[in-house]
Amino acid sequence: MTATPAAEVQTRRMNVKRAINETLREEMQRDPTIIILGCDVGVRGNPFGVTKGLYQEFGAERVLDTPISEAAIVGSSLGAAATGLRPIAEVLFSDWITIGMDQLVNQIAKIRYMFGGAISVPLVIRAPVGAGGGQAAQHSQSFENWFSAVPGLQVVMPSTPADVKGLLRTAIRSDDPVLFFEHKRGYEIKGQVPVEEYTIPFGLADIVRQGNDVTVVAISIMRHKAMAAAEALAAEGIECEVIDPRTIYPLDYDTVLTSVEKTGRLVVVHEANRRSNIGGEIVSQVVERGFGLLAEPPRIVAGLDVPMPYNRALETLVIPDEARITQAIRGAVGR
Amino acid sequence: MRHRITPEENCEAVAAFERDTLTPLVMSAGLEPADLKEMYGRMRLIREFDTAVKELWKQDFIYGLAHSYVCAEAIAVGACAALREGDYITSTHRGHGHTIAKGGEPRRMMAELMGRAPGYNKGKGGSMHIAAVDMGMLGATGIVGSAMPIAVGSALTAKTLGRDYVTVCFHGDGATNQGVWHESINLAAAWELPVIFLCENNQWAISMPYEQAVKNPSVADRAVGYGIPGVTVDGFNAIAVHDAVAEAAERARAGGGPTLIEARFYRWIGHFVADDEAYRDPDCNDRWEQFDPIDRLGGFLRESGVADQAWLDEAGETALARVEDAIAFAKAAPEPELDTLYDGLYSEAFMAQQGIGR
Repeated sequence: MTATPAAEVQTRRMNVKRAINETLREEMQRDPTIIILGCDVGVRGNPFGVTKGLYQEFGAERVLDTPISEAAIVGSSLGAAATGLRPIAEVLFSDWITIGMDQLVNQIAKIRYMFGGAISVPLVIRAPVGAGGGQAAQHSQSFENWFSAVPGLQVVMPSTPADVKGLLRTAIRSDDPVLFFEHKRGYEIKGQVPVEEYTIPFGLADIVRQGNDVTVVAISIMRHKAMAAAEALAAEGIECEVIDPRTIYPLDYDTVLTSVEKTGRLVVVHEANRRSNIGGEIVSQVVERGFGLLAEPPRIVAGLDVPMPYNRALETLVIPDEARITQAIRGAVGR
Repeated sequence: MRHRITPEENCEAVAAFERDTLTPLVMSAGLEPADLKEMYGRMRLIREFDTAVKELWKQDFIYGLAHSYVCAEAIAVGACAALREGDYITSTHRGHGHTIAKGGEPRRMMAELMGRAPGYNKGKGGSMHIAAVDMGMLGATGIVGSAMPIAVGSALTAKTLGRDYVTVCFHGDGATNQGVWHESINLAAAWELPVIFLCENNQWAISMPYEQAVKNPSVADRAVGYGIPGVTVDGFNAIAVHDAVAEAAERARAGGGPTLIEARFYRWIGHFVADDEAYRDPDCNDRWEQFDPIDRLGGFLRESGVADQAWLDEAGETALARVEDAIAFAKAAPEPELDTLYDGLYSEAFMAQQGIGR
């Protein structure tokens, strides 16, 4: 296994969408038990183009267009996984996972445990999350905290092409169920991706930027907004250490704590709304395990606690932006 | 709207069952005398097992909830007699009968019900999650209707990998009013998957009578809406259930897709071991016991010369002895070690990597 690719590795530039598509193709070529199922994944190639070309290459038996039946998509993936396939199910918008929630939370997450380890559930559920396109209250949510709260599930949420490729490969090869959340505003993000095959283990954070003044833990595409804020603040001499956990469960608290030990300050940034969310969990872990390391109270920059409004200006108000992140960092460092 | 069923209404229901659903047991082309005797023995085993479970629950040897399969024996046993090794079944919250019918070992079952280490689920599941995966029994589930898509997925594997097994999805009448029931049958029908949806219509969803939960009390009628065959069968008649499942399995293996079978019967026992049954009059139950599926199969074996009364009695004694052996085994079996708490939460590789349970 390799972590984030080093500079000397041979790379190609591509966007997140392409990275997902390539990984799916390569893994399906490698393992004939992998199938993809979901609404619009086949002939249409997914509305974002993520599964484009796979139906043509692997056929209708392995890339299955389903009816709009999330409970059946999620639940039949479990039955298939328990009997010898490695399904990759897609839920068109993560908001609609709610329709398959019993299958996910009560069945998929628990079957291995409650059957005494007799069944493996090697399946991935991919779903786009996040707001920023005027899609309002039912097409904009991020539920990573719900699923990271359920023992038995793994939750992955990368936002660079290289991370997406390494982590999706790990997800597909995992013998346990994985929720793989892709940000809708992240599909076009470009970056260098190693040419050689590689995987990234779950529970290994990426230290995106090193700095001594404040630790900024940023989830999904907030990583990119946090980096923009950090680069601007560097001009003023405020050095942020930006950490992208990449996986929500397991979450690499060791890396976060090591950083806080150095900086004494913590800002957590996520798009999901603030209430009872993963930001609170990260802060609680740091406080519990490293209270003495903190020079200042931790801060959370998160979505506001309202359903996502449609209007562009109202929507912008809800989603954390560079200004709010900058303000929180300034508050943390007292400058 | 909901009302308490009157004794008169119950008498009408019994009469309607006799008129419309009850069918005499007749010799089946697919069953040899030895098969019939095996079926009878398994039905007796289920009856003895779940009769004992109720007592063990009262004595506190069984800790949580337990739902009895008594009076439904003909369905699981009839269906599984039509299956081959390698076929799968999914179950309900009432899974003891399915487990025994599919070949589950009473010792490991009883150990699981008592939460012991050698139980099928290592003491992690209990009655409501009992699973004998090595026998193709994909586990009981505590949520009504939830196994429907799991059975569809199992059938999807068969179709995708070109295997010729079928999957029988046992479910109750309560499940037919869950949304996932519709999603699952539609998907299986659209994809012509080798799955048999076997509805055990015992006429009660806990305390809700089926005819008051729906406008059309025929489950099998719904098959028309999915474009698949739908049949109603006498659920107190093990041979009739066998024949219906055998026909559906043959069609499924030949690529003919799913079948919806409604096995109609009546739950004359409580919903679970401690049900006070305050929702119905006791004489309702008594009137249905005349259709006892074990008595009916036993009578048929005698009348057709397959077995005499002495053999039937011996089969009952053998069943009782196996259950007593299972109880003794379970009572003597160790509890799980406390350090097994996290075992099975994730695959071993992931548990080791993350240090879970250390």
